[in-house]
Amino acid sequence: MKRIRKYCGISVILFSIFILSGCATTAGKAFETNESQVKLRSIQTRAFDTTDKKIMMQTVISTMQDLDFVIGKADFTLGSVTGSKFLGQTVVTMTVIVRPRGEKQLLVRANAQYGITSVEDPGTYQDFFIALEKALFLTAQQVD
Amino acid sequence: MIERRRFLKSVLVVFLCLGIIGCVSVPKGFLKPSEGYLEKRQLQMRQYDTTNEEQIITAVAGVLQDLGFTLDESETKLGLVSASKKADATSKGQVVGAVLLDMLAALGGSSSNNTARCDKSQVVKASVITKPSLDRKKMVVRVTFQRIVWNMSNQINRVETINEPQIYQKFYEGLSKAIFLEAQKI
Repeated sequence: MKRIRKYCGISVILFSIFILSGCATTAGKAFETNESQVKLRSIQTRAFDTTDKKIMMQTVISTMQDLDFVIGKADFTLGSVTGSKFLGQTVVTMTVIVRPRGEKQLLVRANAQYGITSVEDPGTYQDFFIALEKALFLTAQQVD
Repeated sequence: MIERRRFLKSVLVVFLCLGIIGCVSVPKGFLKPSEGYLEKRQLQMRQYDTTNEEQIITAVAGVLQDLGFTLDESETKLGLVSASKKADATSKGQVVGAVLLDMLAALGGSSSNNTARCDKSQVVKASVITKPSLDRKKMVVRVTFQRIVWNMSNQINRVETINEPQIYQKFYEGLSKAIFLEAQKI
């Protein structure tokens, strides 16, 4: 008798798991991030001591081109540059936004996607900012 | 009891392995410049003795049209023009080889469909950036090409950056002519 009750209990649990998992949509997956919003911003953002948006954007573009990206879209008003590159069969897309920070600085934020995964590794972004620094002859400053 | 512990241990090891495999999905270091990036610059860049940005970017749009591309996006404030073109990608050699392989497989009594995996069509994307040189006395043009190739069953066969020097040369020959024509108002 006890056994039967146990089996019944287990099957009820399994059944409810199936039912409940059936209800969840996968749309939410597109909005998930592993890192917190604040941490992600600090990983992806650097400040530079310049106010020349045009030169900054042109340097961002040529740095991305050096990294094998083909620039697909750009908008000067928004300060955005989007490009893609191929790694084997995987497509890497990256958007960089340049915007003013106070009177004397520009903020550069990059975010990249590797296939269907968002890149959240600090080292990868650091590589990009090192390349950008070299091209700009300016130091990238961490933003809190 | 000991056996049970051993079993648990092996489960743990398998679990850890799976966990580690799950973490490796995004490789590191793909935003670092590769070693050959200076040679690539040489291939993709040309300088023109003019400071007229408008003349250069109009000539770029013109030469892309000459090559049969349609414009996708442009931002003249940054000197960007991006364009794409659909084209045939079938190569006779590849198709003949695939058909032969399929026939051999059929003779051997198994079914295979190499023909369906042959290249069929491609989309080539071009992105051109024009900007003043560092000393502001010349205009620098840099073009990059990439392409996506579909097979006979309309699946993507491969994606790649185009690095053939002839293709870049052809573009710049066209551009030089277009700049000349624009200057002569033809």
